[in-house]
Amino acid sequence: MPKIIVEVMPKADLLDPQGKAVANALHRAGNKDIAAVRIGKRIELHFEREIKDADIEKARQLGASFLSNDVIEDVVNVHVEN
Amino acid sequence: MKIGVVTFPGTLDDRDAARAVRLAGAEAISLWHADADIKKVDAVVLPGGFSYGDYLRCGAIAAQAPVMKEIIKKANQGLPVLGICNGFQVLVESHLLPGGLIRNEHQHFICRDQGLRVENVDTAWTNAFSLNQEITIPLKNGEGGYIATKDELARLEGEGLVTFRYIGGNPNGSVNDIAGLRNERGNVVGLMPHPEHAVEPGFGPDTATAMRSGVDGLLFFKSVLNALVNA
Repeated sequence: MPKIIVEVMPKADLLDPQGKAVANALHRAGNKDIAAVRIGKRIELHFEREIKDADIEKARQLGASFLSNDVIEDVVNVHVEN
Repeated sequence: MKIGVVTFPGTLDDRDAARAVRLAGAEAISLWHADADIKKVDAVVLPGGFSYGDYLRCGAIAAQAPVMKEIIKKANQGLPVLGICNGFQVLVESHLLPGGLIRNEHQHFICRDQGLRVENVDTAWTNAFSLNQEITIPLKNGEGGYIATKDELARLEGEGLVTFRYIGGNPNGSVNDIAGLRNERGNVVGLMPHPEHAVEPGFGPDTATAMRSGVDGLLFFKSVLNALVNA
């Protein structure tokens, strides 16, 4: 099924509590070389037909307006997977 | 006077908010998230809770609900709207108030009686307070850290839109100790603490006088009645 993937990350200068908690757990388990962890979202928009350029443009708009909040997050990638 | 109280899937404090409205002397009207009809109410309360399970972002999905389309339209025409906790998050996600709310800096859910300073009394929801009045209102949230861009923050402070500031300790890492905001017109106010939990002796926060006797929250609801009478 063709899909558009929208990836959203918390802004680099904001605290990412999930990432911090996971990093702490990884450090406790001995993974000392992992300096930091940040956790974002992968949102898949599934289509039951071929994806057109207009769909990708629409996904970018939705990414900016609804799927992310630009005060706290950045859309880091929008791409198609078939 | 009819004050609408919205229920979204996952709202918790709609009954408490409706009770606060009645204790202040108004009629509480239940509004349903999926119904665009806001039943000719004179004001709206967006209560606290975890609308849509806080999916995507707190308040983000509620901001898209049919009832919100109508509330946003009417709020832009001057309808008084109060957003409490999750309701504040809904207002921010609806762009009725600027900025965003993120997970508490210390990463813990916090529940306590919180000191606040009322820094703006020119709003539909704070006119019954005196300027710089210090009040105690219960606070309970996990994602109450207020943030805004540097420019937005300068504008909020410059235009005096910060309506409540935390005193006696910042509970969640909010920038400039911001607990609540108003819009330019003063009809829309949002805050993280819960005024509807401080409206009835015996059930409010502790005060110097007696346990559970704090009723500072009642003045929010009295304020909107003043605003409506004087409108």
